[in-house]
Amino acid sequence: MAKPKLKQHHINRDWCKGCGICVELCPKKVLALDEQDKVTVVRPQDCICCRLCELRCPDFAIEVETQE
Amino acid sequence: MAVKDYLRERFLPHLWCPGCGHGEVLGGLVRAIEQLGLSKNEIVMVSGIGCSSRISGYVDFHTLHTIHGRALAFATGVKIARPELKLIVPMGDGDALAIGGNHFIHAARRNLDMTALVMNNRIYGMTGGQFSPLSGEDVSATTAPYKTIDRGFDVVELAKAAGATFVARSTTFHVQQMTDIIAKAIRHKGFSVVEVLSQCPTYFGRKNKIGDAADMITWFKDHTTPIGSKAKQEDPGLIERGIFVEKQEPEYCEEYEKVVARAKGRRS
Ligand SMILES: Cc1ncc(C[n+]2csc(CCOP(=O)(O)OP(=O)(O)O)c2C)c(N)n1
Ligand code: SF4
Ligand code: SF4
Ligand code: SF4
Ligand SMILES: [Mg+2]
Repeated sequence: MAKPKLKQHHINRDWCKGCGICVELCPKKVLALDEQDKVTVVRPQDCICCRLCELRCPDFAIEVETQE
Repeated sequence: MAVKDYLRERFLPHLWCPGCGHGEVLGGLVRAIEQLGLSKNEIVMVSGIGCSSRISGYVDFHTLHTIHGRALAFATGVKIARPELKLIVPMGDGDALAIGGNHFIHAARRNLDMTALVMNNRIYGMTGGQFSPLSGEDVSATTAPYKTIDRGFDVVELAKAAGATFVARSTTFHVQQMTDIIAKAIRHKGFSVVEVLSQCPTYFGRKNKIGDAADMITWFKDHTTPIGSKAKQEDPGLIERGIFVEKQEPEYCEEYEKVVARAKGRRS
């Protein structure tokens, strides 16, 4: 199976509570919190599409879309 | 069906605090149900009272939000009346094993076909951080400013001894394993107990100075190990995770059907 490639992260700013789980536990440090304490993607090129951010977000606020 | 189709999106964002592990359990549960391809109409979720019990408000199944500690009793009634439905009973540690301890052991003893999900944050989150029967020793809580001396229950050992036919444990760090185990528990015919170690950053984390939600989740990584691992032999203090029991025993509703048949036979 070919490695999945990132298309984009979908972030729901209304649902994100800025808990930092996805930011701190991303193995590649792709994410950060912005000045409003909402998640933002700072290093998309490093994303390995493991989806752990999506699976561990308690608030369904981040989704990882990969290229087909 | 997509994961979000199982949620009542109109009630999101949910009321749980930032970083609360209960949201991760909700995610694991709906992903498990999505993997199993169940329809919303064949599932009944019954919960009691607690932050954890609020989970029933967010899922688009048949849901009953009942009273503290008695979710399993209500679920028993639903299951006996409609045995074809899938019953899922999420409970907090206090809900399941303090006030609800008796319902818990007797539901396990009967081997009713349902899934009991213990969302164990080792504290009473909803009421302000009192210690619970799962806090264990040496824990700070609102009701234990000088730390607890009570030993905690081991949910897995308790469920095994009480007769549950599927018993497993996972954590909010191990989200893929958690989802996989919940799916297997739902598929299992008989009483399934799944303990998920979950974080309450607001009370347990703050009182015990563990750090933020991510630090608490990392604690689960560092303090748990797969069942029977070499690490466990070297450090017996590690908490095991995985499936401890998976066996077939007579299921209560099916046995009850036989009683009904016997009674009808005698009357005719
Ligand atoms: C009969 C009864 N006793 C006590 C309470 C108060 N009460 C509400 S929730 C709760 C405990 C919550 O802790 P837990 O079950 O661990 O759930 P959590 O909030 O931690 O998810 C208690 C004691 C109640 N609602 N009903
Ligand atoms: S998919 Fe994995 S690598 Fe990419 S942002 Fe999420 S956690 Fe980080
Ligand atoms: S885990 Fe979810 S709620 Fe928390 S910061 Fe990331 S996207 Fe926001
Ligand atoms: S008090 Fe604790 S258990 Fe309740 S929502 Fe907040 S973090 Fe979650
Ligand atoms: Mg609790």
